[in-house]
Amino acid sequence: MSRLGALLAREIVLAWGRGGGPIVSVGFYAGVATLLPLATGPEPARLAAIAPGAAWVALALAALLSLDRLFERDYEDGALDLLTLSPVPLELTCAAKCLGQWIATGAPLALAAPLAAIALGAKPTLAPLIFACALLGGLAFAFTGGIGAALSLGARRGGLLTAVIVLPLFVAPVIFGGGALDSFVAGLSWRAGFALLAAYAAAAVALGPLAMAAACRNALS
Amino acid sequence: MITSLAVRNLAIRRGGRLLFEGLELSLAAGEAACLLGRNGAGKTSLLRALAGLVAPEAGAIEFGDADPVEARAEHVHFVGHQDGLKSGRTAREELVFWARWMGGTDAAALAAAEVLDLGRLMDLEVRRLSAGQRRRLALSRLLASPRPLWLLDEPLSPLDAGWRARFGEIMADHLKSGGLIVAAVHDPLPIPARALEIGL
Repeated sequence: MSRLGALLAREIVLAWGRGGGPIVSVGFYAGVATLLPLATGPEPARLAAIAPGAAWVALALAALLSLDRLFERDYEDGALDLLTLSPVPLELTCAAKCLGQWIATGAPLALAAPLAAIALGAKPTLAPLIFACALLGGLAFAFTGGIGAALSLGARRGGLLTAVIVLPLFVAPVIFGGGALDSFVAGLSWRAGFALLAAYAAAAVALGPLAMAAACRNALS
Repeated sequence: MITSLAVRNLAIRRGGRLLFEGLELSLAAGEAACLLGRNGAGKTSLLRALAGLVAPEAGAIEFGDADPVEARAEHVHFVGHQDGLKSGRTAREELVFWARWMGGTDAAALAAAEVLDLGRLMDLEVRRLSAGQRRRLALSRLLASPRPLWLLDEPLSPLDAGWRARFGEIMADHLKSGGLIVAAVHDPLPIPARALEIGL
C-alpha cells in the first residue's frame, strides 16, 4: 500500500474513534433536525418550506463538530512531526487527512441528510439532490474546515477558534447548496447552484491543502 | 544517502529568547554526538532544527552532498518526547503504519518488533503498554525503516538498565553500518559519542 493509501486508511479509522467521530456528528445532526419543529412549530406546511435549508445548515454545523481535532491530536502527540519526515509533500498529507475526514464523517452525514429533510416534510423527490449536495458540500466543508483546524493548532480553546475561522468559509457552499435545493422546489433549474457548489468544492480541494500545510509548518516551528 | 552531517555557526531563537549561537558540529558516517545541557538549553530545538522542523535564526545545516529537503524526507529518523503513537490503536497497527510511511516494509516492522522484544505485545493497544514498552515501540521504528541519521531526544529515559544496554548495542550496530546518531541526553550514552554542550 502506498504511503498516502496507508495514511488515508489510518485517518478513516482514527476519525471513527475521534471523540465519537461520525456517530456523534450524525447524532448531532439528528438532534438539530428534531429540535427544529419544536422551535418553529409543527405545522407541516411551514416545516416543508424550510426543510431543505434547515437540513443543509444543520449539515454544516454537524460537519464542524469533528473538525477541531483533525490536526490537533497529531500536533500534540508528535505524529505531525513524523508525517513531515517523508517524501510525501505536506500538502498531500493534509489533503489525505481531509479526504479521510470526508469519507468517515461527510459520507454518513450525506446519507443522513435526505432522511432528515424528508422527516421535516421535504418531498421525497428532493432526496437525490439533497444527497448529492450534501456529498459535495461535505467535501467543501472538510477542506475549508481543515484550514481552520490547522490555523488554530496550539491555540487554547482551538475548537472554538476553528468554528470562528471556518463558519465564514461555509457561507458560500451553504448559499450555493441551499440555492440549488430552493430552485428544485420552485421547479426551476437547480444546475447553476449545484455547479457553483461543485466549483467551490473543487477550489477548496485544490487550494485548501496549501493553506493547511503552511499553517501546520508554522505551528510546528 | 547521508554520509556526513555538518552544522555551521548555528543560532536558534525560540519564543524571543536566543538559545545558542555559533554552534558547530561535524559528524562523519559511523559517528555519534550527544547533546548535553541544562533543561531549556536548546537540545530539543537543535534536534528539531536538524529535522527541519525549526528554522534556525542563523547558520547552516548540511547533509554532505545530499539536498537537505530530500535528506530529511528519505534519510532522517526523529524520535522526540512525543512519540506520535495513537493510544487507541494496537502496537502492530502503529508500527506497520509508520514503517510504511517512512519507506519500510511490513516484514521489516515485525522483525524490528522482535529485536525490541515487542512480539507478544503487538496486539495490545498502545495505551496498555508501560512507558518503557511504549518507548521501545517508538524506537523500533528506527529499525523498521532503515535511515542513516538518527535524531533521538532522551531515547533512554524510560528504559530499564537492561534495555539501555540493549539499545546501546543497537546504536553501536547502526554506527558500524555507517549510520550517524545525534542524541540529546542527561545520562551518558552507552556508546562512544562526541559530547556537545548546548546553551549560552
